[in-house]
Amino acid sequence: MGAYFDLMGFAETGWGFDMLRATAVTLAVALSGFGFGAIFGMLSAAASLSPVSALRHLADGYTTTLRGIPDLLVIYLFYFGGSTVVTQLGHLFGAEGFVSAPVFLTGALAIGVVSGAYQAEVFRGAVLALSRGEIEAAKAYGMGPFLRFRRIILPQAARFAIPGLGNVWQLVLKESALISVVGLVELMRQAQIGAGSTRKPFTFFLTAGVLYLLISLVSGAAFRAAERRSMRGIRRA
Amino acid sequence: MSLFDVSFFAENFVALCRGIPLTLQLTLLSVTSGAVLAVLLASFRLSGNRVLDGLARGYIFVFRGTPLLVQLYIIYYGLSQFPELRKSFAWPFLREAYWCASLALCLNTAAYSAEIIRGGVIAVPLGQIEAAKAYGMGGLTLLRRIIAPQAFRLMLPAYSNELILVVKSTALASTITMMEVTGIAAKLISATYRPVEIFIAAGTIYLLLNFFITRLLRLLEHRLSRDQRPQLAATGEHA
Repeated sequence: MGAYFDLMGFAETGWGFDMLRATAVTLAVALSGFGFGAIFGMLSAAASLSPVSALRHLADGYTTTLRGIPDLLVIYLFYFGGSTVVTQLGHLFGAEGFVSAPVFLTGALAIGVVSGAYQAEVFRGAVLALSRGEIEAAKAYGMGPFLRFRRIILPQAARFAIPGLGNVWQLVLKESALISVVGLVELMRQAQIGAGSTRKPFTFFLTAGVLYLLISLVSGAAFRAAERRSMRGIRRA
Repeated sequence: MSLFDVSFFAENFVALCRGIPLTLQLTLLSVTSGAVLAVLLASFRLSGNRVLDGLARGYIFVFRGTPLLVQLYIIYYGLSQFPELRKSFAWPFLREAYWCASLALCLNTAAYSAEIIRGGVIAVPLGQIEAAKAYGMGGLTLLRRIIAPQAFRLMLPAYSNELILVVKSTALASTITMMEVTGIAAKLISATYRPVEIFIAAGTIYLLLNFFITRLLRLLEHRLSRDQRPQLAATGEHA
């Protein structure tokens, strides 16, 4: 046990700081991915609830496709696709050879696109859970679509969406580990680096696992608190 | 260089199809062994024994709360840290990426499936169980005749989602050198730098696999719910 704390400690020879920094990167990339996903999810939910059938089909195609293929493939597509674009742009400005796309951004975007497909379903369900009468009443008051969205739909749908979003967040957090395959030094990649240089793979991957578990515990509690808070004014059966 | 080259796409689609058998093998192996473990875990959860319940809860919490990649790396890379294990009988298996990937997928899907099975069992109407008990059924007879057939049918929709997740998760085996569909895709992408065609080809394969699996399970569910459909029940046909 003492040997473990020497290895993962914060002394000069310990890996504590590296692991903590990597945990921060994991949080940052997962949060950015979740944020991108919220944007894609809202757009897709809006499209799937629109009266235009082409938009509905588009949204349906997006959610079924992205939920049916491995996240790893999407990450490869974004990383190598992004790099191809960046490389060609680089050649225009005289760079030579392969130019890698920024891993943090491509990783966060890849996670965003995947989690957007899941968030779309959450948002769609949340909007459908609103009572129709409220929307009709808002229309009767002469509210336009934007005012109606801001005053009536958003505040209530956000409340219904919290539990579903909590599930998607847990998914995103675990998915972020996959970005290690394209070289972003987040928790998983840092554990690989530590495992490689100390020949203690079990210790490092187990530590990474415990850190993921801790993040998921804390964020799970935060989502439950948010859910309770958002339901303050609601009478429940 | 055009954005989408049809002959290049077709060529790579065929190459990617060679990965399908391995993807399916990993799926089947982990789903079947995972189902056995899941039944055990679900029975622990439903046993009413606090120790067994706590054990199963802990297992499910850990395996659902950590990334599959961590679990896979602990098994594939991590276990080699213990010299005792390297000398044991299990080492010929744990040395192989194939068995490590299957084991990680099995342990992971068992955690999710256990909760699905538990949900199915809980959803069996209490009145039926009481009626069966009143008939004098107990223990295994009750389980075999009343609970299991209904719980199985009730859990199928959720289980089909879990199967799709397993098919998607087999992609992670490519990170430990397995050449299944995603492994081949990654190799082709880094050899050709044409990610779009290869991504679409590999994505199509996964979507088709998942389509067939969901159809198959829906068919199974349809067959198993024969007694639930009113028009057939009226003709007196037995389930």
